[in-house]
Amino acid sequence: MSPPPPPVLSVSGLTSGYGEVPVVRDISIEVGASEIVTIIGPNGAGKSTVLKAIFGLLRTWDGQVQLDGTSITGLPPERLVRQGIGYVPQTENIFSSLTIRENLAIGGFTRATGLAERIDWVFALFPVLAERPNERASRLSGGQRQTLAIGRALMLEPRLLMLDEPSASLSPIMLQTVFENVVEINRRGTAILMVEQNARQALSISHRGYVLANGINRLTGPAADLLASDEVRRLYLGE
Amino acid sequence: MASTTATRQREAVDPSVRCGQWLNAWAPWIVILGLGGWAAVARTDQFVVGIIIGTLYALAAVGLTMIYGITNVPHFAHGDSMMMAAYLAFLVFAGAVLGAGDGDAVLPINVAMLPGATERIWEFSFGYGLILALVIGVLLMIPVYLAIDRVVYQRLARMGAGTAILAVASLGVAITIRGAMLMVWGPTSRRYTTGIRDTIQIPGLPRIVADQFFILVVAIGLTVAAYVVLYRTTLGTTMRAAADNPDLARASGIDTAVTRRWTWIIGGGLTAVAGILLALQSQLTPELGFVLLLPIFAAMILGGIGNPFGAFLGGLIVGVVGEVSVSLGIISPGYKTGVAFVVLIVVILFRPRGLFGAKA
Repeated sequence: MSPPPPPVLSVSGLTSGYGEVPVVRDISIEVGASEIVTIIGPNGAGKSTVLKAIFGLLRTWDGQVQLDGTSITGLPPERLVRQGIGYVPQTENIFSSLTIRENLAIGGFTRATGLAERIDWVFALFPVLAERPNERASRLSGGQRQTLAIGRALMLEPRLLMLDEPSASLSPIMLQTVFENVVEINRRGTAILMVEQNARQALSISHRGYVLANGINRLTGPAADLLASDEVRRLYLGE
Repeated sequence: MASTTATRQREAVDPSVRCGQWLNAWAPWIVILGLGGWAAVARTDQFVVGIIIGTLYALAAVGLTMIYGITNVPHFAHGDSMMMAAYLAFLVFAGAVLGAGDGDAVLPINVAMLPGATERIWEFSFGYGLILALVIGVLLMIPVYLAIDRVVYQRLARMGAGTAILAVASLGVAITIRGAMLMVWGPTSRRYTTGIRDTIQIPGLPRIVADQFFILVVAIGLTVAAYVVLYRTTLGTTMRAAADNPDLARASGIDTAVTRRWTWIIGGGLTAVAGILLALQSQLTPELGFVLLLPIFAAMILGGIGNPFGAFLGGLIVGVVGEVSVSLGIISPGYKTGVAFVVLIVVILFRPRGLFGAKA
């Protein structure tokens, strides 16, 4: 048997927060090259904080973050994007005064060559965006906005895509579409680290999951095991 | 199928709501075109003067709205920085500063000394020397903007200062600039050129001073150039993106520090040109800046903060309304700026986001 490939993302002992108070403590997460990994947990558990700290939007107080074995601890977002991490915030994740095409162009502008091809590639992946490319993003529906936000983050063909609650405030049908998109993006070779309230649906498309509570890592395991675990079902899936 | 469903949904909307949406979209245009058309016909002379003054307000307001939108600094030093640019151009042109005694000390190097620099071009009251001084004045003013941003605004922003603190700080910058100009050039008014100002006749227009025609052409040309940069180049798109959503801009790999610098260079440059042209149109005093501040802010808010096109139109409206209302004889010229504020208040009452603002 060949040894497993090294993880794309490796977080160990991460502590971060706002102001003086740590929100998450001693978090360790790994995302493999072809994996979808989901972080679940109750409101206020610090799920989004983990993503923001990895992406350099919050200062890392302690711990290490590695991308493909290289330390990226404390690097600012504009550097991490160039290193191959895409990030989709939960809210305000599009430029609403820009057109759809401009949103995608901004997503990919750090690499000028092949920009038009990559925009076409995203249009092919999400045909709904190609219908009116010069429409202002503010006129899109909630689901279309989420699609555009993910499309923007894909413009640099990241190795790791981090999604902060992609299903928040979406209708059940749109939620289905967004999750199908996530699976499709992963199938094309992008690792996914996702934070989700919709724990059951998110775990059902994931390879592995982490359960966060009160800022610490409570449980880890294959997604199927977490879905079957009595503790997870009782505490986080509302059964 | 999808389109038929969409049509049906649209038909189901309450007619009064649809009427409201329609009015919301078109009412500003109808009012502007209606009043503007009336003024253009009934008060042609004042209308044209208003347009000329308005293009200068517009140029400065475009700079202001870019700076406010992208750096979040409500730049109350905007008027005084215009005035400073005008004085810098004056220094380059005439080389004169306040002397130790009564008169001016004239520096040994100035543009007016160049051969033929003051020979009048066409019907204008100035020669190529003034145009050169304008360009150099703007180039001198841009580093001043960058320095003020780095020393004052960026430092405060890093310390977590909000809009109110930045506003007060910019007021401090304004007072500092005015004080410095008073020290160097004194309170008396100055002019770039003293000769007779020829008027020209452009078909279909009343006679205007040739210099005003120059101002009109430069102001409109620069606004078009700014529009092209903002809406047709990658730099402009990144600037608009940074103004729209700074965090997401960083998450897209935009270096917001670079964007910020370009905002000051372009926005500040436009403002500096506006200041110099305004001093050419009237005269140069240290009080020029404060007088300008209110109409420029009115123009920006009228157009919707962060929208360069709106700011340009806002500037024209403020200029025309001021000139035309005075010509009606109802109010005295001293209240010219006040009229612009009445318009501003009425617009904000009905449209809090301004005429063309993206969000409320």
